Amino acid sequence: MLTFLMCRPRYYRVAYEINPWMKVRHPVERDQAAAQWEVLYKTLRGLPGVKVKLIPHARGWPDMVFTANGGLVFDRSVVIPNFRYPQRQGEARHFGAWFGKKGYRLIRIPSRFQFEGEGDALKLGDTWFFGYHFRSDISSHQWLSEKLKARVLSLELVDKRFYHLDTCFLPLSDSSCLYYPKAFDPYARKLIERYVPNPVAVGLRDALKFVCNAIAVGKRLVVHKGVSRPLRRTLEKMGFRFIELELGEFLKAGGSAKCLVLRL
Amino acid sequence: MPSQTVTIRGHIIDSLILPKILDEIMDASGSFKIEHIRIGQKKTDTSTAQVKVSANTAPHLANIIRRISKIGAVPVAEEDAKLEPAPRHGVFPEDFYCTTNLITWVHFEGRWIPVRNIEMDCGIVIQKGKAWCTPVGKVRRGERVVCGHAGVKVIPLERSRKSETFQFMTSSISSEKPKGRIIRGLAREIREVRRRGGKILVVAGPAVVHTGAGRYLEQMIRMGYVQVLFAGNGLATHDMEYALFGTSLGVNLDKGEPEKYGHDHHMRAINAIRAAGGIRRAVRKGLLKKGIMHACVQKGVQVVLAGSVRDDGPLPDVITDVIEAQDAMRKKIKGVSLALMIASTLHSIATGNMLPATVRTICVDINPAVVTKVADRGTFQILGLVTDTESFLRELCHALNRR
Repeated sequence: MLTFLMCRPRYYRVAYEINPWMKVRHPVERDQAAAQWEVLYKTLRGLPGVKVKLIPHARGWPDMVFTANGGLVFDRSVVIPNFRYPQRQGEARHFGAWFGKKGYRLIRIPSRFQFEGEGDALKLGDTWFFGYHFRSDISSHQWLSEKLKARVLSLELVDKRFYHLDTCFLPLSDSSCLYYPKAFDPYARKLIERYVPNPVAVGLRDALKFVCNAIAVGKRLVVHKGVSRPLRRTLEKMGFRFIELELGEFLKAGGSAKCLVLRL
Repeated sequence: MPSQTVTIRGHIIDSLILPKILDEIMDASGSFKIEHIRIGQKKTDTSTAQVKVSANTAPHLANIIRRISKIGAVPVAEEDAKLEPAPRHGVFPEDFYCTTNLITWVHFEGRWIPVRNIEMDCGIVIQKGKAWCTPVGKVRRGERVVCGHAGVKVIPLERSRKSETFQFMTSSISSEKPKGRIIRGLAREIREVRRRGGKILVVAGPAVVHTGAGRYLEQMIRMGYVQVLFAGNGLATHDMEYALFGTSLGVNLDKGEPEKYGHDHHMRAINAIRAAGGIRRAVRKGLLKKGIMHACVQKGVQVVLAGSVRDDGPLPDVITDVIEAQDAMRKKIKGVSLALMIASTLHSIATGNMLPATVRTICVDINPAVVTKVADRGTFQILGLVTDTESFLRELCHALNRR
């Protein structure tokens, strides 16, 4: 059973600019955002073997809908994030309270480290791939690698449009992933090529449509609409099927499908 | 070369973090030394490396450290210096750090700060975020004094010096040195210091006058190669005795013979200067028309005459309180780049104690014991020259004139 945590967007809006996608002058259509989110919610719930839990949206923290940054869950433990920007720092308290109530063991990172949850930490096989530079820092990886007792590979992100690892890297199976190479520095690219047997590189056009921010459920990929034909064909050959949804209102804040869920 | 040790921890081999950091250091023209490395055996194990990073300058090093900190290197935290309050006026805490004359830094509130006015055999007082080298007699009760050795670093003098003259510094003191070459090198140094706007300090004993070398020192002063003069009652007295009576300790310097009743000339000189109200007034009144002291007044040389128990008179310009004299000397030492100590024991040792090791120091005496003594008192940066004062100053003046 695959369980996701989502947050129904009650107070979602673009109230500040902390990534190049956010423009206060391009406000969110709140009704449309709500409708798009509901479609995603229903789609996920409709998939076999998927359960979705909800965390109430706390007022004053509009980006809380992007639950992927609300923590990193493993073995009934959760690492509570330390957000880089004050505009999001208050979310940690709400996520912490929710996980505490549900009986998770809370792991708090020392405050000098920054770490934005699953947005910068993805598991492929038995290896964790961690992103750093824009939101998380590498010192947090060193600290977490001791807790996770697994191999942790740190990837430096270099394109500020892809500020979280989950905007440019998506594990598809134990041996393959989607990634946008130019979002990484040469060492990180080398790591992906060395440790992932079949990496699939995507071009800028697909990357900008947040194709790497898809939610992978088995062979299904839930994604914002607009996947290019060549990429679709490549993945279909590998046995994947895209479920394309309209998530444009969330792209306005620099997030898409995967940003809206946290794996429990 | 400034350096900083960093620790790198995690899956640094698998993750290419270590090679990436080392590449960064080299790309930025820094250098590194892996001091310690422990590599995990299983793929779940983490590894740790301790790397010493060096660069040519402190800002360059800071840049490298800033960059590699972002990719996983953690600077090893340095300990702050331990501070304790002075228990009384003029008393350091028992465990006080005793200074050397080398450039010294103190780690205070997480960063290295330089110690100002460094001199040997003092303590370090921290005041308003600044570190001051303070003699024991000057410390006030409750002032925070650096204790122990943790959080204090001294910067050794660089081995290679541009001027070959000072390469003799490492050799032992001996009369068997090629003096002509050394003196020519010294003349070059003196000109170079003046060209850069540095000050030259001369510490001179009365033998400078007795040996008839006073005229050369006077010439050097008139040529602008002396900015500060430290001496005692003796040098000034005999110089003015010569200016007024043509003798030094009663010996006619031109004829080289004792003069009849010459033994009281120095007392008459002292009396005349006391009557005039001091050296400066004696010059202004036209009483004093030549000599070292005359040149000093005319050229605006900063003079400190520090007295001793055997002084006759003394001259009104002599500071008889030794602590007051030390303070006066400390004030004038600021900005001095080169110190020339000639035929003086106590004043040379006193000056040597106050000079930072970065000041190039030359000690000239006919007696090897004097030169050795100054060096043994801790002024290890000196270039010692065992030779006659008159011939040294004559040669030096000649070399300075020749250009």
